[in-house]
Amino acid sequence: MTRAWHLLGWVYLALAFGFILLPVGVLVLFSFQDGRLPVPPFRGPSLRWYADVLADRRLMAGLGNSLLVASVSATVALGLGFLAAVGLARHRLPGAALLRLVLIAPMTVSYLIIALGLLSLYNRAGVGLSLWTAGVGHVVINLPLCFAILYAAMGPHLRAAERAARDLGAGEAAVLWHVTAPMLAPALLAAWFLAFTFSWDEFIIAFLLTRFDVTLPVEIWSLLRSGISPRANAIGSLVFLVSVVVVMVVQLVALRRTRR
Amino acid sequence: MTAAVTLKDLTMRYGDFTALDGVSLALEAGEFVVLLGPSGCGKSTLLAILGGFVTPTSGRVHIGGRDMAGVAPKDRPTTTMFQDYALFPHMTLVDNVAFGLRMRGMGRRARRARAEELLALVGLEGAGRRHPDALSGGQRQRVALARALAVEPQVLLLDEPLGALDLKLRRQMQDELKAIQRRVGTTFVHVTHDQEEAMAIADRIVLMNAGRIEDEGPAREVYLRPRSLFSAAFMGEVNQIPGQGTGAALDTQLGRLPLAASGPMMLCLRPEAIAAGPVHGAPEAPPAIDLGPARLVEATFFGTHHRAHFAPLAAPDLRLVAHLPQGAAPEPGATARLWARAAVLLPHPAPEPTR
Repeated sequence: MTRAWHLLGWVYLALAFGFILLPVGVLVLFSFQDGRLPVPPFRGPSLRWYADVLADRRLMAGLGNSLLVASVSATVALGLGFLAAVGLARHRLPGAALLRLVLIAPMTVSYLIIALGLLSLYNRAGVGLSLWTAGVGHVVINLPLCFAILYAAMGPHLRAAERAARDLGAGEAAVLWHVTAPMLAPALLAAWFLAFTFSWDEFIIAFLLTRFDVTLPVEIWSLLRSGISPRANAIGSLVFLVSVVVVMVVQLVALRRTRR
Repeated sequence: MTAAVTLKDLTMRYGDFTALDGVSLALEAGEFVVLLGPSGCGKSTLLAILGGFVTPTSGRVHIGGRDMAGVAPKDRPTTTMFQDYALFPHMTLVDNVAFGLRMRGMGRRARRARAEELLALVGLEGAGRRHPDALSGGQRQRVALARALAVEPQVLLLDEPLGALDLKLRRQMQDELKAIQRRVGTTFVHVTHDQEEAMAIADRIVLMNAGRIEDEGPAREVYLRPRSLFSAAFMGEVNQIPGQGTGAALDTQLGRLPLAASGPMMLCLRPEAIAAGPVHGAPEAPPAIDLGPARLVEATFFGTHHRAHFAPLAAPDLRLVAHLPQGAAPEPGATARLWARAAVLLPHPAPEPTR
């Protein structure tokens, strides 16, 4: 009886993972299709679509734009989130609970709403759409994430070390530079990489807030409009690969931290 | 470097709670002072005020003659050795110890050399490249001490630094702290709730209770001549016998004792001040006081002494604790005559404390 339950557990696990990973698996498999359509039967494997994608100037420009927007917006979100977390964790401010709530709030708003809000704001202010305007959108969605991760990582240990540093003659800037930031290094790295992936994968905001230079997800979308092709699978697989690498880095960093 | 510290009328209120209630105190330069008291007595608050981490509700602090009002911790001539050590986990021991010097703009080579010297002072020579994670509690404690001393503070504040150590290590660190304090000559203000630790290291004990200074003086003074019942009981075990003074004598359950007193008084006797002799033996010379015959209820061997409980024949419900010499052979049920070789009389009930 227990044996049957045991088996059922494994079946459930296999089904769950299959449900989650099968679409990605199929996408990656048919990126190696030696033919014009990414549908069964599978022929190949062939790397021709990868060669095609890597030779495509627009896709490669999109890739470069995505890297730029993701790294800049992640860095800005991290810097702002760090300062907000330090301020709220260290000082007793009037309405601190409300401030925290307002900082976290954008997490609960759909990306579409955020993008529409920014779009009408830009229109009103007469700001032309560009990679920068999309980058601002990504800072809006990633700031709450960075703040929440860093705020949670600021324990009594850090507080005590900061107090000791001040006692030994460190000014506030020196405390942040020599004690707070190095002690929070794992959380800072994790937050930056998570913010990077979120920006890297994001479509709606990038789609609505860019015009001539676009990010990779927007480029892929316009590629898909001309019908399905293994090219889309190949570029999708590349995007997936980057995301996996980043998430693994986060995992390693977080793991190292908990082991300490 | 060292400096005198003067506290005047310090009061600290947290809402309705009064942590410090008009504390005035003068510490001499180079003195090893221990703030002693139960938890919640205000001793840690006092230390935090000295370090500049807490601003008192009212009152003044002068260190080396300088008013400390509005002076931030980083600008004070004090450093603190924290209860949880608060070492920087991402720095080596040398960098930890050299941190304060670095903040004062000392060059890399000079400050590292100084840090190595201080690590040697606390018995950690050659360990400079290790990280705090790799150290035991006692070693971390030494690093915290070296780090606090590196900037040559005029006053070193120690916030229950030995609380987390086991008994044997604590004794050893007490001796070392005392020796290092003698060597560097800095004024040390040490907070603890352990009266044995206080007696082991202090030049002067400041005993606090409920936000006030209850007693103050060298260990001998506070232990042997406590100024209040609280002080007598906090510093060690004490037998308390209520009595009524008649002017020339004291009336108690044990009879009339030859102690000049008037009004309601509490007779305080330390266990080691009570001696047991034969019931009909020769009387002990004054100032020893005859407490009359008593029956031994029970006795336990403690290594250095026997701890014995006596029931006086004059007051069978009273229990007197006495420490009998190691060589004694106490027999439960036997009767002996008790002599008090040292006695302290304190007003009872305690009068309202005056500021």
